[in-house]
Amino acid sequence: MKKNVIEVKNLEKYYEVSGGFFSRKKDIVKAVDDISFEIPFGESLGLVGQSGCGKTTTARALCLLDPKTGGDVKFYNNETQDMENIDNLQDEELKKFRRNIQMIFQDPYESLNPRWTIKDIILEPLNIHNIGDLKDREEAVVEILKTVGLTPPGNYLPRYPHELSGGQRQRVSMLDVSIRISIMDLMLNLAKDLEVSYLYITHDLAVARYMCNRIAVMFNGKIVEIAETEELLNNPIHPYTKRLISSIPVPDPSYDRKVYDVNYDELDAIISKHGTENPLVDIGNEHYIATHDVKGLI
Amino acid sequence: MSKEVLSVKNLNMHYETLSGDVHAVKDVSFSVKEGESFGLVGESGCGKTSVAMSLLQLQADNAKISSGSIVLDGVELVGMNESELRKVRWDGISIVFQGAMNAWNPVVKVGEQIREAIREHYPEKSKAENTEKIESLFKMVGLDAAVIDRFPHELSGGMKQRAVIALALSCDPKVVIADEPTTALDVVIQDQILNEIKKVQELLGLSLIYISHDIAVIAEMTDQMAVMYAGSIVEIGPTDKVFSTPKHAYTRLLLESTPSVVGEKKKLRSLDGEPPSLINEITGCSFSPRCPDPSDDCKNQNKEMKLVEIEPGHFADNCCVDCG
Repeated sequence: MKKNVIEVKNLEKYYEVSGGFFSRKKDIVKAVDDISFEIPFGESLGLVGQSGCGKTTTARALCLLDPKTGGDVKFYNNETQDMENIDNLQDEELKKFRRNIQMIFQDPYESLNPRWTIKDIILEPLNIHNIGDLKDREEAVVEILKTVGLTPPGNYLPRYPHELSGGQRQRVSMLDVSIRISIMDLMLNLAKDLEVSYLYITHDLAVARYMCNRIAVMFNGKIVEIAETEELLNNPIHPYTKRLISSIPVPDPSYDRKVYDVNYDELDAIISKHGTENPLVDIGNEHYIATHDVKGLI
Repeated sequence: MSKEVLSVKNLNMHYETLSGDVHAVKDVSFSVKEGESFGLVGESGCGKTSVAMSLLQLQADNAKISSGSIVLDGVELVGMNESELRKVRWDGISIVFQGAMNAWNPVVKVGEQIREAIREHYPEKSKAENTEKIESLFKMVGLDAAVIDRFPHELSGGMKQRAVIALALSCDPKVVIADEPTTALDVVIQDQILNEIKKVQELLGLSLIYISHDIAVIAEMTDQMAVMYAGSIVEIGPTDKVFSTPKHAYTRLLLESTPSVVGEKKKLRSLDGEPPSLINEITGCSFSPRCPDPSDDCKNQNKEMKLVEIEPGHFADNCCVDCG
């Protein structure tokens, strides 16, 4: 039996939006609607879907950046050697939890404090979490810069974010081809050596394939299919998963890619109806799909 | 045999910076035929966008085309003055910039902004004619005619990008440069936009220069392609040939570092190090320092960079052809 580092059960994140200044009517946006998954130690789960499907909201709720509105998140507590609900965490424990769960953002450039140097920015989290002494921390900063290919690090430490070029910014945000694989390898090595687990959020299944043991496909706040990576790619069942896979460009000019077309509005209507009373079903090989009726769309 | 629309020969472009001259485009030559699409691929900073900017001569103030020629439909563009260039831009060559969808003026309706571009080039056309034109362009790129009267903030990213493509087509250019037109979009939208570009290109018989760091997109979108490294073209030829028999060590690395959802899962290779600084003039092969398995000639930087023909129409730099 695999040991889980995190277990998510019926997670919900609803936002209330008002219909306008004079309107009393309130609408509920279900950004994340009743999703469940778990990640074993050292494994990675890919969360894929289009922008706006709730991938990032899920991650933010897990990191306690935005409070969830429903459901349970449990993580493995090293001291008690048991799963612990994050709702029960206080002060020191909460701080420790935040250190153990970290988020790497899409475009760090935009989240860098423009009035701090690169050195200050990278030092800050190390300071807050009291990691090593000052010398250790400074060495760590140099290592981190080397890892992302900003060499020699000495040149970058005193710079301000605006002094980084577009290319360097891309480098940090992992778009660049050459550095992307290095960063992916680095993350995979960390997973192996330190038993780090990832919730890897992307819209690119090709990248997810190399990073993740399992993949969960999200559509409009719900998980519609979840399976081991190769199983999902070779045997997709849900029409949305098929659509997503068939949208990825293939690096082979002789490959004739056929897009699997689905009607989004129909799909949306069907998926919206699906709720807690219709949990994902196991169709074998630990492959789960949403049970709403999609036959008409296939 | 279709005719050549654009021919670039031995183009060199420098940026003057405080720390010295940066030779951003080195001896770049290629040509694009009518209705053909030509891909430029490489890492960020390799000079792809600098080439595009040189073609339109929209380069920054500190940039200078030091030599070479750019011939569009029989007319030399290098050395033209600003008013002559204004006529060529948008009319002869237009461009879809990287992140262009964020360049819309937020307080002017989308249709009005396109109308402005048409008015600049065809002042004699009536408002009704222009509206008709924009409607047909919108239809072509899959936008509803009602979008003409919308403000940019009312459109999604994909819609804004479609409108940018309509803008680029508004003055019936012969060549359209698409510089990473889908980088900021997610995969499903990217797929739709790529299809739209392909459809429009076929319909209008456009020549397309497609710039991307994503080799998978280049595979699907182009007939001919060039791989750029440190300002130079290191491999150029028909796209299917470059993919089936890549010759330059850098091209092979690019191909082997690209993940795919189809076929067997293969081990990806990573490319260590970073591109050389272009401030100091590089003698010999620019890729040697990063070449994973250099031949003796490559290691000793014995060979000048020079494209050699490997098979008809397929050229690669002679230095890294034999490297691992």
